[in-house]
Amino acid sequence: MKRRVLFALLGAVLLTATAIGYSVFTAREHPVAQATDALSLAAGPRILFRSTASDSEGRLAMVAKAAPGGPRQVSALSCLRVYAAGGTGACLRQDGALATFQVAILDRAMTVVKAIPLVGVPNRTRVSADGRLVAWTVFVAGDSYNNGRFSTRAGLIDLRSQDMVDSLEFLSVTLDGRPYTAADLNFWGVTFAADDNHFYATMSTAGHRYLVAGDIAAKSVRTIAENVECPSLSADGRRIAFKSAIDGDPAKGWRLSVLDLASGTRTALAETRSVDDQPAWLDQNTIGYAVPRGTGDSDVWAVPADGSGGPRLLIPHAESPAALG
Amino acid sequence: MYLSTIDQPHAEQRSRGRALFLLSGNVFALGAVSLVTDISSEMVTAVLPVYLVLGLHLSPVAYGVVDGAYTGATALLRLVGGYVADVVRRRKLIAGLGYGMSAVAKLGLLAAGNAVGAIGAVIAIDRTGKGLRTAPRDALITLSTPPQLYGRAFGVHRMMDTIGAFAGPLVALGILAATAQAYDAVFMASFCIAAFGVLVLVLFVRDHRGEQPPKGTVSPSALVGLMRMGQVRRLVLAACLAGMVTIGDGFVYLLLQQREELGIGWFPLLAVGTNLSYLLLATPLGVLADKVGRLKVVLGGYGVLVLVYLLLFGPLGGWPLLVVALALYGLFYAATDGVLMALAGPVLPKALRTTGIALIQTGQALSYLVSSVLFGLAWTVWGPASASRIAAVLVAVAVLVVGLLLRGLSAKSETVGEQA
Repeated sequence: MKRRVLFALLGAVLLTATAIGYSVFTAREHPVAQATDALSLAAGPRILFRSTASDSEGRLAMVAKAAPGGPRQVSALSCLRVYAAGGTGACLRQDGALATFQVAILDRAMTVVKAIPLVGVPNRTRVSADGRLVAWTVFVAGDSYNNGRFSTRAGLIDLRSQDMVDSLEFLSVTLDGRPYTAADLNFWGVTFAADDNHFYATMSTAGHRYLVAGDIAAKSVRTIAENVECPSLSADGRRIAFKSAIDGDPAKGWRLSVLDLASGTRTALAETRSVDDQPAWLDQNTIGYAVPRGTGDSDVWAVPADGSGGPRLLIPHAESPAALG
Repeated sequence: MYLSTIDQPHAEQRSRGRALFLLSGNVFALGAVSLVTDISSEMVTAVLPVYLVLGLHLSPVAYGVVDGAYTGATALLRLVGGYVADVVRRRKLIAGLGYGMSAVAKLGLLAAGNAVGAIGAVIAIDRTGKGLRTAPRDALITLSTPPQLYGRAFGVHRMMDTIGAFAGPLVALGILAATAQAYDAVFMASFCIAAFGVLVLVLFVRDHRGEQPPKGTVSPSALVGLMRMGQVRRLVLAACLAGMVTIGDGFVYLLLQQREELGIGWFPLLAVGTNLSYLLLATPLGVLADKVGRLKVVLGGYGVLVLVYLLLFGPLGGWPLLVVALALYGLFYAATDGVLMALAGPVLPKALRTTGIALIQTGQALSYLVSSVLFGLAWTVWGPASASRIAAVLVAVAVLVVGLLLRGLSAKSETVGEQA
């Protein structure tokens, strides 16, 4: 008995030492990059993003559009996902306590003007072109009612009226032209039209994923295409950049594509790697997106929106790009 | 004579108030292994969604693909594991293999990087390990305990198990806070804790090989014989039926959340409430089951489940609803989970006990999967209020049928156990 206790103690000491040693070895260093308060979300030829560089990890940062690989200005603000448009920023970040999150609404001077608690792990966020509407998507943990499949909740707020919806699941759904109800509806990846009423999003039900067109005032959505995920509407409202599961099978990876809404034509972009991100329009002809380098680090790449050319590295050690003008 | 009573020659003379100490050290050792292992696995469960989504940038669909690996076909493997454990008469070895696989899977998470397929495979290995170890472990609990104390033994084991489940997320969050969100540190710590669990198993859990009948008793034909035993068939049938009318935690919590319009943030806390109630009640109900009869307690537990389903759209509202519903839900688990194994233990011949336990657990798990799908459909067609009430009626019917099916089982089995 004594020998067994001794062995157990020895094992406990060794394993504790291993765990602590690894933790100390791996603990992230705190950022050392000089932060500035002078950043602005005003329209201009700049790209806002989340830095994943080791000296400024998690901080919001900006580069000039003309020199995206050049020096970056780093903000003191840390976010997990970010997007900005029309002088409004949306920053999904940790909410003090360890396991909760919030969406922080930023004004033009990048000060937090409102914080909305989120439940679930932040995944996507978008702001309407004039900065009035903000949308976000989270994964809900423990929500296993749909039997092992993922569960998401998409919420949005109208900053003018302060009306907020914390889940789109109440919307009346028209699927392939017919009214549809189901308990397993999931929405994610909202993108707004310029009228601040219409939006596009991904909806999944019964194992299928659809592009839906929504109407906030009418509280309705209808499906318009299948296998279109994480849509992103172009500034002119005529094209949607998205990712689609190759052969409809997510296990095979994702292909970035652009859908012409009027004609229904899909154009596969020149990026042949699997991209699992909501694409962002950097200008009328260019799509930006993140490609991971490993855990916690990624690069922003750009590819022409018409299927020509090839991908090019735009901003190293960055993710969540948003062009401010 | 049982080894456990040899271990503690004075146990019988102790007062009833200290009845817990009648249990053999093996039960506490198995409980300790489960406690430590559950800390490790719940650590990973708590941070995995955040890691996959924020660390690796998986989108909802990719996350779904990985998550789906959880519910992979480990059921068959559980049966094979149970049978092999009986054939080689080494329950400890097979259980240890299961615990070991889950421990190694934690390191696999570090190695998998951001390859979705690899992460799915690692999670499948973890689940397989869990499937492999459960039946041999429960068989060892019965083999280390005199039949009249099965209820209490499982009660103590499940209580220790749940304590680990409680501590896991807290440990994970503590590590994340201390290392500035280094998920790999959590996985490494989880591996070290799981490895310690395996070490405790190797050092302190004793196999019960000496009591086994000679080799050859366990054969495919004996397996058929097991299924021919009326009592075993009735048990498996009852377990399947009970699984078939249980609608799943997710649904219960979702209905509570919708009914009370709780902020979605409360969602994880609902499970915490149930677990707290389960943790506190598992041992007392196990003791009660030994005293008044295990079947009565199991049926009472399903009776409580009827109440829970009715409460979902019942007269109570607000905080009282949440407190009462979650307390009763924990009571349901405390009265059924371990007690059902205690009920089954004496009926199953020792030589095939692991196989028998695996059979019952697999039947329950498979029918549970079916019931979730059916309840989802019922919800869509009739709405949540009607669906939950229909479920309550079905559970009530199931209580009657299970009662009839298992009538006379426990009384007879006590003697079977004594003779063994």
